[in-house]
Amino acid sequence: MVKLELKDLYDKFRDPATIKALAALIEKEAKRLSGPLNIMEVCGGHTHTIMKYGLKQLLPESIRFIHGPGCPVCIMPKERIDHAYILSQQENVILATLGDMIKVPGSRGSLQQARSQGADVRFVYSPLDVLKIALENPDKTVIFFAIGFETTTPMTAALLDQARKQGVKNLLFHVNHVTVPEVMKELIDSRDKHVDSYNNRIDAFIGPSHVSVIAGAKIYEPFPKKYDRSVVVSGFEPVDVMEGVLMLVKQFVEDRCDLQIQYKRSVTMEGNINAQQLIDRYFQKRELFKWRGLGNIPWSALMLRDEYAEMDAERVYADVLPIEEIEDHKLCICGDILRGMADPTECQVFGTACKPSSPMGSCMVSSEGACAAYYKYGGLM
Amino acid sequence: MTRTITLAQGNGGEENRALISGLFFRYLGNEILERAEDAAVLQTEKKMAMTTDSFTVSPIFFSGGDIGKLSVCGTCNDLAMMGAQPKYLTFAVMVEEGFETRKLEKIVRSIKKELAINGAKVVSGDTKVLPKGAIDGIMINTTGLGALSVEGVSVRNLEMGDAVVVSRDIGRHGAAIFAGREGIELESEIASDCASLWPMVEKVIANGVIPNAMRDATRGGLAAVLNEWVEASDVCIEIDEGSLPICEAVSGICELLGFEATALANEGTFVLAVRPENAERTLEVLRSFPGNEMAAVIGEVTDRYPKRVVLRSEWGTKRFMELPTGELLPRIC
Ligand code: SF4
Repeated sequence: MVKLELKDLYDKFRDPATIKALAALIEKEAKRLSGPLNIMEVCGGHTHTIMKYGLKQLLPESIRFIHGPGCPVCIMPKERIDHAYILSQQENVILATLGDMIKVPGSRGSLQQARSQGADVRFVYSPLDVLKIALENPDKTVIFFAIGFETTTPMTAALLDQARKQGVKNLLFHVNHVTVPEVMKELIDSRDKHVDSYNNRIDAFIGPSHVSVIAGAKIYEPFPKKYDRSVVVSGFEPVDVMEGVLMLVKQFVEDRCDLQIQYKRSVTMEGNINAQQLIDRYFQKRELFKWRGLGNIPWSALMLRDEYAEMDAERVYADVLPIEEIEDHKLCICGDILRGMADPTECQVFGTACKPSSPMGSCMVSSEGACAAYYKYGGLM
Repeated sequence: MTRTITLAQGNGGEENRALISGLFFRYLGNEILERAEDAAVLQTEKKMAMTTDSFTVSPIFFSGGDIGKLSVCGTCNDLAMMGAQPKYLTFAVMVEEGFETRKLEKIVRSIKKELAINGAKVVSGDTKVLPKGAIDGIMINTTGLGALSVEGVSVRNLEMGDAVVVSRDIGRHGAAIFAGREGIELESEIASDCASLWPMVEKVIANGVIPNAMRDATRGGLAAVLNEWVEASDVCIEIDEGSLPICEAVSGICELLGFEATALANEGTFVLAVRPENAERTLEVLRSFPGNEMAAVIGEVTDRYPKRVVLRSEWGTKRFMELPTGELLPRIC
């Protein structure tokens, strides 16, 4: 039997010759476009690929990327980070969360700061690692600050499922899982209260593949039908993104508006039904969730079902968790940037008061945000 | 019963002396150290280079080395990077009460071994035992004195056209420590590259190559060294991404966790800037050392983007290689 190595999974999707060939094809097709094509890549993973592999430099000027809100860390409003901070300060509590969530400052500081001041904050690679922490610390309350899109939600659900099956009583959840289609709708369908307009400049979407592996490409069906926006669900390797762009360009050249799947190696229309059922068992839609830079978006997030209220840190610790809203910074134009209406350089505080080391808005918070990318890559974009 | 270090052994009295002679003199002894005067008296002819560093590492014993080896390599390598031959070291150790004596002995033995590779001696030492909880196991400080064998090696000396050479595959130490600390199970173990560099530097120089700059790519990895160089010398360094030597295990870890190998720490890997006509000879010398078979020319010094390091991809795009910041955290999206 041939042994499959990790690198076999990505090597051919980073092949220089293939990337160059796709660039040439896009260049040729794009000549037939009637105007510029503004493509939003919704997911931070795509933004990362575009930046890391310099794909923009391979594309003609008529193709423009709008970097979407697709990083679960940067869209987290200060209110929610404050919750995490406050929870970490409670007596006998271990707060666990994923990756660079611990770096992002709320209004009181970041989790990293809380940790340096003595709070027990841990970062884990996978939600299931939290179970181990809970089992090893039976006399502590372990709170999992759950973040992520549809991709990570099933893992949180699996953790919950395991905790219940094994009778683990000292594990609570602070749920911040958000959903992609609602924010996409918001971006094309809503009024931006800062500029008081319904404008956006998004012509087409590259749909996140990992999200679709779980939820199925079906979640994007309304976009071509109802909103007249093409969607290509594409993988995260450079070859995937380039092929996705080519498919979109062809749709425009041929005057089609469709939902297509580039990432056929694991995305189906239906998605992973088991995972969807698991999510459904434990979570319900949350009426309103605030996104940093975008404001409140109806039904764009999940919360624990009422049956599991005793595991919900938001309800258990309701007394200490503030509910007041904290305004995004007045000068921040992230909302416009996310709609493709402005470039980061048009922001008054870009690169001066707002930098990756002291972010004022969501687009600067994570390295995958548009402002952070412009700041870092400056003259090379 | 396992023997452990007690507070009494750090108090300067009888037990303290027993520890010093039973352990430190036994393994590290030499005529200067054994005189046990208040200070070591050294005779030098050449210009000397001096450096100091403190070491903590978790885990203390890792794949490819331990804190003892690290504390010698770290300091000797800093000397070697100036073109100085490591000669004399001071050795100060702080141990937590209850630390296993056997472990301490193991650490001292690896110090002895690494000193021999460098041809250096410990000429002065100090031991402190701290109450339980005051430190995490053990901490070592070494200060080193080395004799300059060439002059003019400096981060400020990069010249237009210099070839940038890396002595072996990058990122091993960082990946090994990370995997060890987080208990990540890997199919093939990654050993740290922890090693003394003086023997390689000595041979490079003996072959008539005097590098314009040398730097061991420790914390912050290759990216930190290159960024430091472009700043100090006011030049641009352009790196060909495809030529970066990275072993499969390290690129696997990076792939899984979203790290860049160029930002991972090394403990026995160094970067050289040499005139282009010397690049081949430098490679030949480096590759003659076991473990360094992947030594490679990775780029060149230009003036295109002053003070920036640029990565050139194999499909003709460019991006900046950033200075790594903060603690290493896996990317989630
Ligand atoms: S530069 Fe900062 S403040 Fe301005 S839009 Fe970007 S994130 Fe907001």
